[in-house]
Amino acid sequence: MNKYYLGVDLGSTTSKAVIINEEDEIIGRGITNTRANYAVAADIARDEAVYNARFSILKKKLEKEIAANPHYKKYINDLESVFQYEQFKVRLDKLGEELLKTCKTFFKDEATQEKMLGHLRSIRKAFKPVIKHDYLYNNLGAKNQFFRDIVSEKYNEEVNKLELSLFEPLMTVWDKSISPAENQLITFDFRELINKAMNELKEKYKNLPDTVTDNSSVNFDAEMNLLKGNFDHVSESLRTHIDEITEIEFNITNMTGTGYGRALLPFPEDCIRSEILCHAFGAHAIFPGTRTVLDIGGQDTKAIQVDKYGLVTSFQMNDRCAAGCGRYLGYIADEMSISLNELGPMALKAEKEVTICSTCTVFAGAELRELTNLGEKKEDILGGLHKAIIMRAMSLIARSGGVFNEFTFTGGVARNPAVIKYLSQLVKENYGDKIKINIHPDSIFMGALGGAMFARRNLNMELPSGKKETAVMNNG
Amino acid sequence: MSTQTKEAIKEKSMIIQKDMLARQFHELSITKETGKKVVYTFVPGNLTELILSFDMLPVYPEINALQSGMRKKSASYIKEAEKMGFSEDVCTYVKCDIGMMLNGNIGPTGEKLPPPDLLLLSYTGCFTFMKWFENLEHLYPGVPVAMLHTPYQEDGRITPDQVEYMVKQLKEDVIPKMEKVSGKKFDEERLAKMMVNSAKAEDLLVRILASAKHRPSPIDAYFAGVYYIGPIFTAFRGTEEAVEYYTELYDEVMERVRLGLGPVTPEGEMKEEKFRLVVEGPPNWTNFREFWKIFYDAGAVIVASSYTKVGGVYDLGFRHDSTEPLESLAKYCMGCYTNMNLPQRVDLLAGYVKDFKADGFLINSIKSCNSFSAGQLMIMREIEHRMEVPVGFIESDLVDPRYFSYANIKNRLESYFQMLGQRKIIMEQETEKIF
Repeated sequence: MNKYYLGVDLGSTTSKAVIINEEDEIIGRGITNTRANYAVAADIARDEAVYNARFSILKKKLEKEIAANPHYKKYINDLESVFQYEQFKVRLDKLGEELLKTCKTFFKDEATQEKMLGHLRSIRKAFKPVIKHDYLYNNLGAKNQFFRDIVSEKYNEEVNKLELSLFEPLMTVWDKSISPAENQLITFDFRELINKAMNELKEKYKNLPDTVTDNSSVNFDAEMNLLKGNFDHVSESLRTHIDEITEIEFNITNMTGTGYGRALLPFPEDCIRSEILCHAFGAHAIFPGTRTVLDIGGQDTKAIQVDKYGLVTSFQMNDRCAAGCGRYLGYIADEMSISLNELGPMALKAEKEVTICSTCTVFAGAELRELTNLGEKKEDILGGLHKAIIMRAMSLIARSGGVFNEFTFTGGVARNPAVIKYLSQLVKENYGDKIKINIHPDSIFMGALGGAMFARRNLNMELPSGKKETAVMNNG
Repeated sequence: MSTQTKEAIKEKSMIIQKDMLARQFHELSITKETGKKVVYTFVPGNLTELILSFDMLPVYPEINALQSGMRKKSASYIKEAEKMGFSEDVCTYVKCDIGMMLNGNIGPTGEKLPPPDLLLLSYTGCFTFMKWFENLEHLYPGVPVAMLHTPYQEDGRITPDQVEYMVKQLKEDVIPKMEKVSGKKFDEERLAKMMVNSAKAEDLLVRILASAKHRPSPIDAYFAGVYYIGPIFTAFRGTEEAVEYYTELYDEVMERVRLGLGPVTPEGEMKEEKFRLVVEGPPNWTNFREFWKIFYDAGAVIVASSYTKVGGVYDLGFRHDSTEPLESLAKYCMGCYTNMNLPQRVDLLAGYVKDFKADGFLINSIKSCNSFSAGQLMIMREIEHRMEVPVGFIESDLVDPRYFSYANIKNRLESYFQMLGQRKIIMEQETEKIF
């Protein structure tokens, strides 16, 4: 039986899970927003990682066939996306139940209740097909793909279309319903959802327009063309393999919990590791030359020095002030009414960097408004804000001993292109051109990966064998 | 420095010490009746024997401040001082002390402290002390001030000129003022006799702190260490009582060594020594027990610390010398830890890591203490590179509870202990590979 290892990183903003095999290869990744109920966040991340692992095992099994038939890959990717939509639908139903409940308790007279319910139904009717389309045609793009973010955005859009007097009651109902909805753990039946997803795909491919040309858009590429006339055959030939991955029982031989909420994870005490060690271990595993790690997460920034074994020799972290970490950017995005993912690309367009004080997140918001009044361009202000974050990180790195070759950047903020630009610039300015800077697409998963790797190693190392029970996941 | 809460498990010596301190504070509370004169002065580089030789009683404002911190009174005292205009960034010992005075000067035992008859500004390594006493001078108008300037060991050594300079200050300013305040003539012979006792107690303290070289260490040289240094760093150096206390403590510690026992914590004996650490910087006083608990729960024992050297680095060989009483007071003042230059401090700490076979080096950086915090990052890097041990850095404050964040400190310490644990395992595996 294959052995798998799980790492869960319960961060302040997002919860991540990674499953690795005995070769330390990542086979599953899961991520969700951290919420009031930490255990639910951890379970959702873990379940997502297990589903993702099934799909990656499927792709691995079919490596040769996929190489020969690129449209197989397209089919599997689409299948995973629609599978996610099926989960989304279940969550949306749960949210609907909560909204109904809230409506009934919040509005005392029946007429208002009915009126509000009517609005809620039309809102749902209006956004559901849009979201379905986004999932089916991979239109979610760079947007945050967490359930809460997707529905909040659409709900807001729809409420804003209604008359102003409805805004407050509808938003109150929303605020009271979304938290209970997202804090319940939903158990999905993998087989049921995958079958539903395959049926949805049938519809999708059947309805493709006849004339599609290569390169005309991402939705109508060569692989899609092949699928158009071929999908029955493709789904039939993949059916057995899909059944097989559905059957796999994921034996999680050992697991490690890390991150800010680690103490609250339903893990045995000896399965809990500091996120400092996990980030360093994960970063070192992906880039073995790593000696200095910078991790910028949602609510903290860490500068970590590691040795040749990936063991931490010293670290510094900001735990007094949020300026200089992910939340700083989140706050600025809110202030500017743009999405977090748009910040970096917009900052890249800066022609100069406006000097911004980086000592306080809230005051940076005030400074931002003042600078806008003074006529500074949004892009230039954003350039300055991004640089300010990195200046702060540089000071933290200096406190920890400086940058040593190689330098690996991890954490959710490592996805922001402007952060990468200023970081590279300042590292080179301060520590020379010879420093190799590593940034991995999975940078946000480094803590969870490090955790999973600790889980694999600890079997032979530290944990008394009698103490650990093999955990089997029964989550579909 | 007395013990704090009743439920804590105490060694016999701690009870003796508590009695000593209670008697001291009681004696201070009845000076009106006894007519004894009171000298306010500081711990690092104190002239206790000289004060006692005039039959005067010393009061140490920073000890009162830390006691107020341990007794959860410092927050309101600090608030009082801030209301007067002291900024958030001023040393919290100063603010706590001034707040206490404004609140009626009730000492740690609940008895009123007498006002000073003499402000003796003898200080080493901390320039805030000077400003502190300028404030006290305003609070107690008309009280004479004697100043003893201690030259910093910039070149890493104490020169004969410096000794001469300090003795001159003692003879020309400090002693005449003491004679005037106490109404007694300076008695050098009496001072010399006290120094015989000082040296005896110092010898014992050195051996007590060196006992941490044993495995397991019979003592915690930081958290329990602050109790051990209490009598000798404050009002009792040079007395018979101090010699008796240290003899008792020494016997207790040696008995623990004989039995192979670990240190005594407030929750009983520490069972398993997992990590041996050297710690730099003062402890936090407002959450002292909580802070200590994070360590002993993890099996971490402090085998050496710089804080227990603020009132004298006796392990480097210095002893008060009855053959040259004033010269040895001068040398004592200049030899205190915070009066040593940074390379000397690094050498001392690196030596502790080596001699006490420590697994790691940890700094508790104090927000409001410049004399300790300056240079700590450099010290940390030097120790990391020179000794190749994992280093840790935490931040808190002396007596301002607003700067003790339990969750943050615990998070950092947990990470640090895990670093040490992981390193031990990997290093053991590596050693196995070599053979």
